[in-house]
Amino acid sequence: MANTMETNYYDTYPDHNGHFGQYGGRFVGETLMGAIYELEQAYQQYKTDPEFQAEMDKDLADFVGRPSPIYLAENLTKKLGGAQIYLKREDLNHTGAHKINNTIGQALLAKRMGKTRIIAETGAGQHGVATATVAARLGMECIVYMGAEDVQRQAQNVYRMKLLGAEVIPVESGSRTLKDALNEALRDWVTNVDNTFYIIGTVAGPHPYPAMVRDFQSIIGREARSQIIKATGKLPDALIACIGGGSNAIGLFHPFIEDKEVVMYGVEGAGHGIETGQHSAPLSAGTPGVLHGNRTYLMQDENGQIIETHSISAGLDYPGVGPEHALLKDIGRANYVSVTDDEALEAFHTLTRSEGIIPALESSHAIAYACKLAPTMSPEQVLLINLSGRGDKDMHTVAAMAGLTF
Amino acid sequence: MSRISHCFEKLKTDGQTALIPYITAGDPEPWVTVPILHAMVDAGANLLELGIPFSDPMSDGPVIQKACERALKNDVSLKHVLDMVRQFREKDKITPIVLMGYANPLEAMGYEAFAKRAEEVGVDGILTVDMPPEESEQFLTIMDAHNIDTIFLVAPTTSPERMEKIAQSAKGFIYYVSIKGVTGSASLDISEVSEKMTQLRQRTSLPLGVGFGIRDGKSAAAVSEVADAVVVGSTLVGRIAEHANNPEILPEALAGLVAEMRHAINARDMAK
Ligand SMILES: Cc1ncc(COP(=O)(O)O)c(C=O)c1O
Repeated sequence: MANTMETNYYDTYPDHNGHFGQYGGRFVGETLMGAIYELEQAYQQYKTDPEFQAEMDKDLADFVGRPSPIYLAENLTKKLGGAQIYLKREDLNHTGAHKINNTIGQALLAKRMGKTRIIAETGAGQHGVATATVAARLGMECIVYMGAEDVQRQAQNVYRMKLLGAEVIPVESGSRTLKDALNEALRDWVTNVDNTFYIIGTVAGPHPYPAMVRDFQSIIGREARSQIIKATGKLPDALIACIGGGSNAIGLFHPFIEDKEVVMYGVEGAGHGIETGQHSAPLSAGTPGVLHGNRTYLMQDENGQIIETHSISAGLDYPGVGPEHALLKDIGRANYVSVTDDEALEAFHTLTRSEGIIPALESSHAIAYACKLAPTMSPEQVLLINLSGRGDKDMHTVAAMAGLTF
Repeated sequence: MSRISHCFEKLKTDGQTALIPYITAGDPEPWVTVPILHAMVDAGANLLELGIPFSDPMSDGPVIQKACERALKNDVSLKHVLDMVRQFREKDKITPIVLMGYANPLEAMGYEAFAKRAEEVGVDGILTVDMPPEESEQFLTIMDAHNIDTIFLVAPTTSPERMEKIAQSAKGFIYYVSIKGVTGSASLDISEVSEKMTQLRQRTSLPLGVGFGIRDGKSAAAVSEVADAVVVGSTLVGRIAEHANNPEILPEALAGLVAEMRHAINARDMAK
């Protein structure tokens, strides 16, 4: 049986066709099949290439500022009265989130593959900014697709991308959020497939993206694993990360998967509440299907139409999720939970006031779940939260919730 | 022999190129789809391609995206599309119908349930844009068991090795996407198409259709020189969009367009 934890997980998933059990795969139009094989081949080649690795390590150290620290949140720990809470500080990365770990890797690949034009989709704008940043550095043309609604709620990131020389194209179709930006980026890629590299911002899309983006983001978990052992002398008892497409979560989880005593929680956006239907929690409340190149859990109606999602946080506002999370859910290795907009907002303020750290609204979902979980744990136990990004981009949204404008 | 194979055999005997119009089912209103299909057959269509509306048509340009949106406003989904085929078959038992769409609505219905119902109502083929042969193993077995031909796309970017693989999975005919791009986006390059037809014919004896860049009689006629079938979509759907508020005139309007292309193709077929 492939679907047990008896065999080594790392040797089993994904298989050579990019399948994570029944999930993943390559569900794209024929025009793109050549391009995804070309990418897979390049990635296989460079993944083990010492020169490529050295260049990436150098960029991650000198340009991104890695390793990011882990931080013992003493005030929050005291306040919640349970497990010791550590934060993995991806918010301290250059450009303000984990997204740049991945864009550094993909941009180096693009360069080696001789591509001259970069496209990306973005929700919160963090991936768009991280892509525009690496494109500026490499002197490549950069086009970022962004849902028209997200262009409004993440206006500051739109301006950052423009400053960096990227062209931001608002997408007016469908729900005007992340999924529509992905559709439009795929359409661009089909049209300009010869010279264009598509930097996908999360562990979604057709194979090899889910595995490749995971590998680039796994630096989070590799660092965190040795940092937490050094700080506490043991593995953490639980990990928490928010889930949009699932890249920061898989980046943290993946190096711990064979550490079976480490419990993992992926936190989805429950929006106005799962029961209202206005949420973005496919693992908690969706069913398997095929979208954007892979089979995974989706928010869809009984006819297989994708339904509109809602989350206060643009980066979580997506009806699908990376296929590896779908597998981890089914085999019971990770737990998927959700918190509402209100709970996330409260956690945003809690962390800001107790620790002097303003988290992104996406990351606030992870904090919110920690606020529920920590008190049920003992003070000897350790809870490691991925603080995937900082909240600068969310000032307008948070102020508007408080009835302020500036 | 399947209805599709039979159709191509007959056309071959008659020295004719097939004309395959595409419309999205339920666009702009569900009741008008079947009348449009009949009118297009009367005007000279040989096979019909009926699009299954999907919320996220990633391979389609704005024209067909909007058609999906109009159809979905009327809640038209796969089960309704199948029912439209049933209605169509009350009057027409000959013209083959191919459903074209994305994988997820089929996944949601279940391959087996879909295939069973499709066979019952008289669907002849299925083209799933985002399901390459690599992901189709189970799908192929089930469709085959229900006599539904599986149509696959070949693109300008398809390597000769892939052509071979696709030829092994394909039934009915092979559909060559004549441009790099989404539906309705550009005009095709006839010499490039011709070269690909030659490459494909070395690897399959199935009929070859060409679509994605054909807008008028002229380009339809040019393609008919090298292909067995000409597929026309966005032009027809664009006409539907123009008259979306006036659906009663659509059967006649689309028949007019189809007839124009039929004439252009026939003139070329005669000259061959
Ligand atoms: C700070 C931050 N965290 C999390 C996410 C969600 O993405 P993922 O689940 O891929 O980590 C985003 C996406 O924009 C983000 O900006």
